[in-house]
Amino acid sequence: MAALSKVALAHGSGGRLSRELVESVFLKSFSNPSLLPLEDSAEVRIPGATLAFTTDSYVVTPVEFPGGDIGRVAVCGTVNDLAVKGARPLALSAGFILEEGFSGDLLARITASMRRAADEAGVSIVTGDTKVVEKGKADGIFINTSGIGLIPRGRRLASSSVKPGDIIIVSGNLADHGVAVMNARNRLGLGGAIKSDAAPLNGLIEAALKIPGARAMRDITRGGLATVLNEVSGACGLTAEADEEAVPVSAATRNACALLGLDPLYVANEGKIVIFAAPGAAAKILKALRSHRYGRDAAIAGRMLKENKPQVRLNTAIGGSRIMLMLEGEQLPRIC
Amino acid sequence: MKAAAERFSSPLWRDRALAASAISEMTKLAAAAAAEKGERVNFMEVCGTHTMAIAASGMRKLFPKELRMLSGPGCPVCVTSQGDIDRILALAEIPGVIIATFGDMLKVKGSKGLDLGSARERGADIRLVYSPLDAVALAAAAPSREVVFIGVGFETTAPVIGSAVVRAKKAGLKNFSSTAFFKLVPPALELLLSDPENKIHGFLLPGHVSAIIGTGPYKFVAEKYRVPCVVTGFEPLDILAGINMLLKQVISGEPRVEDEYFRAVRAGGNPAAQELMREVFSVSTASWRAIGPVKNTGLEFSKAYAAFDAIKRFKIKYAEAPEPAGCLCGKMLLGKALPPDCPLFGGACTPSNAVGPCMVSSEGACAAWFKYGA
Repeated sequence: MAALSKVALAHGSGGRLSRELVESVFLKSFSNPSLLPLEDSAEVRIPGATLAFTTDSYVVTPVEFPGGDIGRVAVCGTVNDLAVKGARPLALSAGFILEEGFSGDLLARITASMRRAADEAGVSIVTGDTKVVEKGKADGIFINTSGIGLIPRGRRLASSSVKPGDIIIVSGNLADHGVAVMNARNRLGLGGAIKSDAAPLNGLIEAALKIPGARAMRDITRGGLATVLNEVSGACGLTAEADEEAVPVSAATRNACALLGLDPLYVANEGKIVIFAAPGAAAKILKALRSHRYGRDAAIAGRMLKENKPQVRLNTAIGGSRIMLMLEGEQLPRIC
Repeated sequence: MKAAAERFSSPLWRDRALAASAISEMTKLAAAAAAEKGERVNFMEVCGTHTMAIAASGMRKLFPKELRMLSGPGCPVCVTSQGDIDRILALAEIPGVIIATFGDMLKVKGSKGLDLGSARERGADIRLVYSPLDAVALAAAAPSREVVFIGVGFETTAPVIGSAVVRAKKAGLKNFSSTAFFKLVPPALELLLSDPENKIHGFLLPGHVSAIIGTGPYKFVAEKYRVPCVVTGFEPLDILAGINMLLKQVISGEPRVEDEYFRAVRAGGNPAAQELMREVFSVSTASWRAIGPVKNTGLEFSKAYAAFDAIKRFKIKYAEAPEPAGCLCGKMLLGKALPPDCPLFGGACTPSNAVGPCMVSSEGACAAWFKYGA
């Protein structure tokens, strides 16, 4: 892979270029067995237990938007990264980079929101750090959270364990978060009907894991479902097949995406997961998801095929089919 | 608003059973039309949004073998000449200028291989906006800076940018200007048809452009050139229906201009938008990718609004610049090649490392074929 000459914005999009940045720079320096699977959190073995460990930084403009704020997303994102590895969150850290002049009231609202999200997830923020930089050196507030969790004995969720015939289950309506933030950021005037889905999903995931048969789970964040399916397909070496009609997207979000020229399958979420389940367990897992408040719109969206070719196919609504690549660069609204 | 949105984008427009029956009708019609013509039927979807919709819906695999859809000159970024791209990049290099642009323009390379994205990395102030009105607001909020909006596109974008310029004039803003690299669709069709080598048997005409200009300006296509025309919407069933209407015209041998997208398009178009275009712009020479400057095929600022012309304000010269070596974008826009015909496609040219604009634009034919695998 060619050496990176300069960091471009698209390297942070969560799509193919982000992956290339990780592989060409970070893996080159840091490579080790815990890091290598490149999943939502790493497994760290200690005598008698397996821990999940993850970190994530949050930069969102605006910092408050319908359905959430940067603080809620910072807590939920890290809780969810732990939970999709089957881990029960034990503790979080929070690091703040604040720009000189940032509103004290707003900061207090953000931290109160973080507390509420952490309480909901049943986890505490046990350590933190603050740095203040000169005006102009940061965009208001950046938050980093890290989390550790305990993976109960016997649980193993990994993208590489996915088998042919496994069922792809999505935990609810996609693309609400990305569209809500884009609407708030650019004052697109879509109204407040579309809200961010930011939510801690450890409760939902525990409910799903009561039923044996889940082989892998992924948090569907930046890059959307299309990117996550490509990553899992790459990790297990099998073709993933999704059915366009079956992928849950609310009518309001679908229409907003159509207006803006966005594909909801590539738009970010902050409270949705995808589960790869053994065929015999899928119906029960779906039922468990649907009986939880964060999984009411869960649906079976596709399946893993026998073909040993890592790629993602989409059966379109009208009966056609096409491939679905990882997000290329940033998703940008069209001209006309 | 909700009712309107559902009428435009109801799930019925993607209904599988309706699509299957349209495809089965298309299979019979295409065989009859090909027999009528004595060769495979070539239709052109003029608009880039149609190109994307065809690829995204996976319908190309369902088309009968007697039908081939060609992509046309209707992708705003793709038709912008290399020389005009160079002028946009020159504007971005002027100290103190804020460039406000739609996202699609960011990665289109100029003749020296640079783009607005790389200009931004070198320190140029480039802002992505969703509406030219945001650029006017930016100018009002930053009176000490010059804000230049990158205006490219067709009759769809011209009135929107026109209204932004009118607003800037009313507000007395002296630090707002725009490029007016606008192209007109009917003259573009004439350009294609006047080429004796063209093999276009029908046009799937752009829905959004037609919502502005109406159906009248296309009459010459059916009357003078005897080529069928159907103004078509963007949902999968719109496109299938539009193609079937074209096939029926081919079979009957009676070309005319039909309107499949009548839920949005009126015969007279949008008079308010047309009036605005007449006020702010006048018909001019436009410079097309791979074709060069052609008289009366585009719009420039009218005398009353000449002060808002960024090119004049900053005295940016136009120089002809060659197409990137090996790139078939120009042939593609003329319906003379499809993306897989290009030796660079998918290898040297991909969306994240694009050689030509057809791979950059979200409405480009190469981007559609690459992203959706057909």
